[in-house]
Amino acid sequence: MLNKRRVLTLLVPFIIFIIGAVLLATPLLKGSDPSKLDSALVGQTVPAFTLQDIYDENKQYDASIFKGQKMLLNVWATWCPTCYAEHTYLNKLAKQGLYIVGMNYKDNRKKAIRWLNDLNDPYQISLFDQNGMLGMDLGVYGAPETFLIDSKGIIQYRHVGDLNEKVWNDKLLAIYEGME
Amino acid sequence: MTFNKNSMLMALMLSFSLMLFSHNSQAAIDTFEFDNAQQEKTFHELTKLLRCPKCQNNNIADSNAELAKDLRNKTYELVTQGQTKEQVIDYMVARFGNFVRYDPPVTPITIFLWLGPALFIIFGLLVLFRQIKKQPTKATVLDTEEQEKLQKLLKQHVKDTK
Repeated sequence: MLNKRRVLTLLVPFIIFIIGAVLLATPLLKGSDPSKLDSALVGQTVPAFTLQDIYDENKQYDASIFKGQKMLLNVWATWCPTCYAEHTYLNKLAKQGLYIVGMNYKDNRKKAIRWLNDLNDPYQISLFDQNGMLGMDLGVYGAPETFLIDSKGIIQYRHVGDLNEKVWNDKLLAIYEGME
Repeated sequence: MTFNKNSMLMALMLSFSLMLFSHNSQAAIDTFEFDNAQQEKTFHELTKLLRCPKCQNNNIADSNAELAKDLRNKTYELVTQGQTKEQVIDYMVARFGNFVRYDPPVTPITIFLWLGPALFIIFGLLVLFRQIKKQPTKATVLDTEEQEKLQKLLKQHVKDTK
């Protein structure tokens, strides 16, 4: 009896070790990327801004464009190779009838327009954020980033990095379908 | 004017050492001008405390990333506007989350970082205390037979060493 208790006591460090190992190994094996951060703005409305249309300097938009229907906000730039990679998929989503707002982030206007003309324009509205002002308020730390915004203008999710079929079907679609 | 070799050498050495000491340890060379020394101090404290979200394990003072530059500029802007350290940190956290702080706040999730080591020490002391208490205290008193044996051995030893 006493011996049994002793064995159990001695097993305690081993059990603690196993728990620790499992806790540390899970994110590793799941392949979660530590460079992908959750947005601090989830649950909040899109911050106030005034930005020009990418095609037309005289046309300006503010945060009210994010209300009325659920949509995607895609942050992109011509200097970003991953944005090039995901552009085809964005066109596909736009064809399916998704409402996508584009935000050109810290970029050159001419280059951006050329890009949209050459590769097709999936965006209903294209914002031109040359100084990264809205980018800063949205906590953008790289491109591409894609925000899911519900019809009330509240940010529900942010995806960092390439948007492709797998990411969309595995993760974003469910969130998008679940939004009002 | 009278120059001699020694004074020339001294001057050279002095200027060289000044060059060494004035070398800025920050990776990025920005030219920021401040209204007062307090603001400059706040700015440097903040850029050391704020973590660059893009580069993961750099603060924004050490990082050359484009984003770190933006954050330094924003920090400068806010500090020169007269905002306090806390206000600037709040501004950054509201946008980039607690990840941006190298000095994390105490929350229900992070509380273990503070309590963990203390709990560990307390647990260790408890185990140690119990072990000590468990150990039977051995009798050091010898009975007569053992006493005789000891005396004999001692005598033997004294004889041998003579």
